Amino acid sequence: MLDEALAAYVAAAREVGNPSSLHAAGRRARRLVEESRERIAAAVGARPSEVIFTSGGTESDNLAVKGLFWARRAGSLNRSRVVTSAVEHHAVMDSADWLGAHEGAQLSWLPVDSAGRVDPASLATVLETYAEEVAVVSVQWANNEVGTVQPVAELARLAAGAGIPFHTDAVQALGQVPVDFAASGAAAMTITGHKVGGPVGVGALLLGREVSCTPLLHGGGQERDVRSGTLDTAGVAAFAVAVETAVSSQAASAQRVGDLRDELVARVRAAVPDAILNGDPADRLPGNAHFSFPGCEGDALLLLLDAQGVCCSTGSACSAGVAQPSHVLIAMGADDDRARSSLRFTLGHTSTLGDVDELLAALPGAVERARRATAWKTPR
Amino acid sequence: MRVLAAMSGGVDSAVAAARAHDAGHDVTGVHLALARNPQTFRTGARGCCTLEDSRDARRAADVIGIPFYVWDMAEQFHADVVDDFVAEYAAGRTPNPCLRCNEKIKFEAVLDRAVALGFDAVVTGHHARLGADGRLRRSVDHGKDQSYVLAVLTREQLDRAVFPLGDSTKAQVREEAARRGLAVADKPDSHDICFIADGDTQGFLQRQLGDAPGDIVDGRTGERLGGHNGAYGYTIGQRKGLDLRVPAADGRPRYVLSITPVTNTVTVGPKEDLEVDTVTASRVIWHGTPTPVECDVQLRAHGEVVPAVVTVEGETLTARLATPARGVAAGQAIVAYQRSADGDIVLGSATMTAGVASEALVAARA
Repeated sequence: MLDEALAAYVAAAREVGNPSSLHAAGRRARRLVEESRERIAAAVGARPSEVIFTSGGTESDNLAVKGLFWARRAGSLNRSRVVTSAVEHHAVMDSADWLGAHEGAQLSWLPVDSAGRVDPASLATVLETYAEEVAVVSVQWANNEVGTVQPVAELARLAAGAGIPFHTDAVQALGQVPVDFAASGAAAMTITGHKVGGPVGVGALLLGREVSCTPLLHGGGQERDVRSGTLDTAGVAAFAVAVETAVSSQAASAQRVGDLRDELVARVRAAVPDAILNGDPADRLPGNAHFSFPGCEGDALLLLLDAQGVCCSTGSACSAGVAQPSHVLIAMGADDDRARSSLRFTLGHTSTLGDVDELLAALPGAVERARRATAWKTPR
Repeated sequence: MRVLAAMSGGVDSAVAAARAHDAGHDVTGVHLALARNPQTFRTGARGCCTLEDSRDARRAADVIGIPFYVWDMAEQFHADVVDDFVAEYAAGRTPNPCLRCNEKIKFEAVLDRAVALGFDAVVTGHHARLGADGRLRRSVDHGKDQSYVLAVLTREQLDRAVFPLGDSTKAQVREEAARRGLAVADKPDSHDICFIADGDTQGFLQRQLGDAPGDIVDGRTGERLGGHNGAYGYTIGQRKGLDLRVPAADGRPRYVLSITPVTNTVTVGPKEDLEVDTVTASRVIWHGTPTPVECDVQLRAHGEVVPAVVTVEGETLTARLATPARGVAAGQAIVAYQRSADGDIVLGSATMTAGVASEALVAARA
């Protein structure tokens, strides 16, 4: 957590008070929550009443996809189609799949090109074909694996033109690229605390004032009756400080981290000439460098680099911890081998040129070794 | 040394990894994911391939303080162990999948990958001794000894294996696990076959191989006594479940004597016809002791040993047993041991192809 966010958390956590209570302590907590709501709204181009606090990105995505679907279908039983992209985070993908399996939803998966980018024309086609059926469209702002930034404003405009609520998961984008809820034209947007230096376990769904959303959680009617549950005053206060800090430092940080990332990419390519940079080469998150290393297995590379103090990630792991070929890379047209050979390096506000030096000192040897280790797989 | 500890999620491999760490080795823990779909293998604490086991192994690595990864070995495991298991039964033999897993997965696929990644050896929680002389010996805990399922390892494989538990009993291992704060200290032992979720081997084989009706015949008269739905459902020495309509002339129980896949026939007969005193075996691993040699042989996992004279000629091992043995099943391993005060020494191992009765033994029956 950022120091400023931690300080705000500790100060608020010392205070007793349920923001739903009417007595003095409750009013103090309430005031802190509302001030935090206003600060977040101001930082992300939303109105305060559009900030619905949640437990984080997963809940916000579930609330948006399911809640908007249910609300639209309640208005018209024909509206039972969920449109989303093939490269979404699992919180969106699995919510859509769940609606398909349990609520009779039809699903349309928008394809991506080899850079991981959704073509707005494909959304236009779906909206034309199923004009009366689509309940909700959800496309991420930026991809969490390969870093590709999506043409969100264009997608949102198309959906709005067809009168369909558009949700975007902006968890990866906030603080990395300029994010403005009103300007984006989205009806709903997911953000979360821990990706911007705030606490884990607090996030928000930005939900347009006119947008109807059926709740997942029922109870005390907090948060516009869309999300019941006593608010975590300290978490919300820290979240607000983190969002404000991340947004105000975004431009400078993106410049610095982006330059460092470009340096990393150039040096990795020089050291391992056949390494493939995945994702959009230009329109990508500044801290993201994602490669395939042909002939290597990502989990072997990770083990070798980890042993030298370099932290990186393979795609995603299943619940048993087995590295799965990434659905994002597969959707981009990579085969299983290329998907398994990939590794992501993420740079942040604490990253330095020294970190890049360290990586490059370890990488060539690790790649060579990992290539030899792939031989164990070939049949004898 | 840089060593890779194979961590199943059980108490043995956790303590083995901890001891290797204490001994000053640079230890990395690896859990082998063996199921194509982890939920389909045993659930709960009985097997070695469930999500729970993966978590238990990870927690043990945390407590020991070593890095931990999961390696996906599902494809190799399926091809080399599960498919082989089914094919062996289909061929009328009785495979030992744990032995096969040691041979092909832990000390081949995993070991090769580990060596390629810069590790010097693989550490496992097997109960067996591998001393400074490099010879494989039985564990001090005879009840838990696993040298039988490790005897298939070659010299090169043994040279890169570390078994830190061979000098301890299982009770000591559990006690040590509790002392170290490892939550798996009282986890039940794994048993049965990890890839058969419900423990019903016959049902598993039936699903894999389908119905294949054939005859059950009398070994002495050739008379048809009944039918079966698949010869793979029978094991040499089996007495129960034969469901024979025709009682034996002498009223004594009958046992499965042999399985002949070509004719899909199960042959049965009286107990004494099960007895053999000569065993032949192929796929020999032999560690250099000149033969013929007088030694002990073990013919099945957890079986008693029989004194024998073992001869190795080329690719064939022959054992002449001092006392006849029953229930010798092709496909199982024969392991030769030399008696020793500090743990009987494995001389070698081979896969049994046939057990036969000498003329003298046949004459004695009549």
